[in-house]
Amino acid sequence: MPEAKYLLVGSSHAALEALRSIRHFDPDGSMAMLTRDVYRPYSPTILPYVVSGRSKPAAVMLRDEAFFEANNCAFVPEAVAQSLDAKARTVRLENGESWRYERLLIATGAAPAIPPVKGIDDVRFHVLRSLEDATGLRSAMGSSRHAVVLGAGLVGLHAAENMAEAGLKVSVVEMQGHVLPGYFDAKASERIEAAFTGHGVKLYLNHKVVAVEPRDGGHSCAVHLEDGKVLQADLLLVATGVRPVTDWLNGSGIAVDKGVLVDEAMRTNVEGVWAAGDVAQAVDFHTGQPALIGIIPTAVEQGRIAGQGMADDPYVKAYPGGIPVNTYRFFGRVALSIGQAAASGDVEVSEHDDGGYRRVVLSDNRLVGYASVDEPFDVGIMGELIRRKVDLTAVKDAFIARPVETGRRLMSEQWR
Amino acid sequence: MGAAFDTIAFKGSLCDGCGDCMTACSSAKKGASRLSIVPGASEKVFELAICRQCGDPKCAMVCPSGALAKDGGSGVIGWDADKCIDCLLCTAGCAYGGIAVDPGISRVAKCDMCDGDPACVKSCPTGALEYRKAGSIYNEYGGKEDLFVPGLSGCLGCNSELIMRHTMRKIGRNSVLATPPGCIPGMGSVGYNGKTGTKVPVFHPLLTNTASMLAGIRRHYDRIGRKDIVVMALAGDGGTADCGFHAVSGAAERGDKILYICVDNEGYMNTGMQRSGTTPYGSWTSTTPVGEHMKGKTQDAKNLPMIMAAHKCRYVATASTGYMEDLYEKLDRAVEASFEGFAYLHIYSPCPTGWRVPSSKVIEACRMSVESNFVTLWEYTPKTGIRFTRSPDNALPVSAYVKMIGKYRHLSQDQLDHIQAKVDEQVALLKVMAADSPPPPAAHRPPAGSSTPAGGETSQTSLRREISRN
Repeated sequence: MPEAKYLLVGSSHAALEALRSIRHFDPDGSMAMLTRDVYRPYSPTILPYVVSGRSKPAAVMLRDEAFFEANNCAFVPEAVAQSLDAKARTVRLENGESWRYERLLIATGAAPAIPPVKGIDDVRFHVLRSLEDATGLRSAMGSSRHAVVLGAGLVGLHAAENMAEAGLKVSVVEMQGHVLPGYFDAKASERIEAAFTGHGVKLYLNHKVVAVEPRDGGHSCAVHLEDGKVLQADLLLVATGVRPVTDWLNGSGIAVDKGVLVDEAMRTNVEGVWAAGDVAQAVDFHTGQPALIGIIPTAVEQGRIAGQGMADDPYVKAYPGGIPVNTYRFFGRVALSIGQAAASGDVEVSEHDDGGYRRVVLSDNRLVGYASVDEPFDVGIMGELIRRKVDLTAVKDAFIARPVETGRRLMSEQWR
Repeated sequence: MGAAFDTIAFKGSLCDGCGDCMTACSSAKKGASRLSIVPGASEKVFELAICRQCGDPKCAMVCPSGALAKDGGSGVIGWDADKCIDCLLCTAGCAYGGIAVDPGISRVAKCDMCDGDPACVKSCPTGALEYRKAGSIYNEYGGKEDLFVPGLSGCLGCNSELIMRHTMRKIGRNSVLATPPGCIPGMGSVGYNGKTGTKVPVFHPLLTNTASMLAGIRRHYDRIGRKDIVVMALAGDGGTADCGFHAVSGAAERGDKILYICVDNEGYMNTGMQRSGTTPYGSWTSTTPVGEHMKGKTQDAKNLPMIMAAHKCRYVATASTGYMEDLYEKLDRAVEASFEGFAYLHIYSPCPTGWRVPSSKVIEACRMSVESNFVTLWEYTPKTGIRFTRSPDNALPVSAYVKMIGKYRHLSQDQLDHIQAKVDEQVALLKVMAADSPPPPAAHRPPAGSSTPAGGETSQTSLRREISRN
């Protein structure tokens, strides 16, 4: 039976960062990285750019073979985890093989969540989570004219933009009243929505899909909305969010809520098992409660903490909690948000709508959220001000008037 | 040896917010400036946002396209324009504002250190931005043989030990070393029980005759045709400025071809911290105590390197371990000059034990001494005159320096004012001497048969002839 002191199941940002931090402390312990993918590690975030043709599929790999050799880590592609026996410390794969581990990282990420829409199993639809999905969508785009996208989140909007730019007639159906819900407030979203509308994309906000049915012998489909509208699609993309890949953990004793529950050190409830990245449900910085925040910065931070814990690195620090971050480009423009950028109510909000739009959210004279459209800012600096709960009382006027400059100043002072 | 990297350093206290660095960056990179100077907490205080070329770059870790990576050779986080998908996630990873959107191209831009020759640093008129090359020094010399044995019994944090090890590592085995009485032999470099603590020929002259003995050794090597030996001293300030001064002055006057390094810790530290001629005014020492009547030394220090410049030595320079790249460059020039005439290198060396400085603060003391102009970094050759190698402009008040040194703890305001006045006077004098006016004309070659310090020669070839004649 193959075995590894450190077994990493998954190969994206969290697992790669865990690899790095383990090797930082333990250069020798045997290590293996298993992935369901055929390819070397890549980021799901790159996929819309593969769809648009901007990134060539062969050029998106984040690590080469030499990296794994240099880091003394066996890279095992096409290894789909099927079950975990936490007592025997083995992971069983779909191909029948089993891997024994001493310390295990669950970093299996997330998979598209398919909504329970009537007829969805009878039609052909696309998702966008793997490189195959991306190349498949790209080639389908070339032979399609009418696309319907379910969901106006990041994946849905990126794909809608790509398809609109490629000349397709695109409709986006979203249950919520605005695009990118949660990340942006209504005013910011409206700027984004106007850009899409201006580029010929039809947005069906506040609309719910009730059924889909095949047409043309399965070559296209009809999308029925709750209000009776029917959209024709020869390309249907389902982008209604993702859910953590945890089915293989059933019966293992690993505690799973929406994702794998982890503590501040990314430990699961089972000895010798850590989890990080999109699969993990770690504490949310704002609420202090476990939450899914499936973005690269949290995956990287969780991966590092998990790796340090796995290697017994004494310098491991507790996870401070995830902060949502969104850096979004649409039609060449910029929309950024961090923290509780769309919050209202018990917070102090300063909006600035002049050429660019920005929304600064303060609570108790501390920054808790920041969003902008057409007006870039240093997202990392604002994130650090949020994380450190830096008291802005003395600089509040300057911060509201000139947030980028003042933010740079504050962080420069902090780093002294 | 692992790689170390050169860095751009920012000293906020020297920045006047002129913005020349941003203009220079912007024009060098034909886009938005990749560093930004922003107003600080109060007027005349400025802060900097620039890429720190992190060891564990978060910008690269969060990059989904592999467009950012740290270069193992230069340490620079490189940006691959072709791979970059303009997602801007890197700006979320960086907490320094070191990678930001260039609005002109709507892509990120970051500092690439201009391939080791940063435009911003060159344009900085105040010295607030510096390109620090300690990384290159480490890479070049870190793997070379340390010519002192381990386990020398220097005090914790000894700066003189640092100077010894750096110096000999740089100069190498082709050398003969004199270490007159002082900390350097005292900590064991001349050895015990018939064993030496130094891996080059080393001897222990009297305090009074170091330079004379070296002169003789050089003559011997010249006679047997060995022109490649560095004949040198690592001496203290007592053996140089006080009881050994006549020998040093004589050798300089004769133009003897030796490298004389004075490690100036401002007193006889090895024998119990007695005052010397280079002990500064106000210092506590065991012979200038602080009590009801005495408040430390009542005389000013003599400026030995200026005295040596007056000898028209082939090369004179001051240096500090707080500025290693400067020290290494001067070592190079001093060694070269020592084959042609008298080369004198004066290295200021704070003593944690004798000065009452925490051992962890010694290098900080070095830097503060320079930044306050308490000591100045310059070099002299007969051809170029005196030239500052670090600008004495925009200095910190000397109080910022003395407050971190225990031997000045007792200073009254009057004493502090006196020290500040002496520092200002010294700098003013050096500035006059270093002014843009052409250096004093070098002496014409004297008639055959007469003698003049080799430093006064104008032609190197004629000098070489003279060397070979010896």
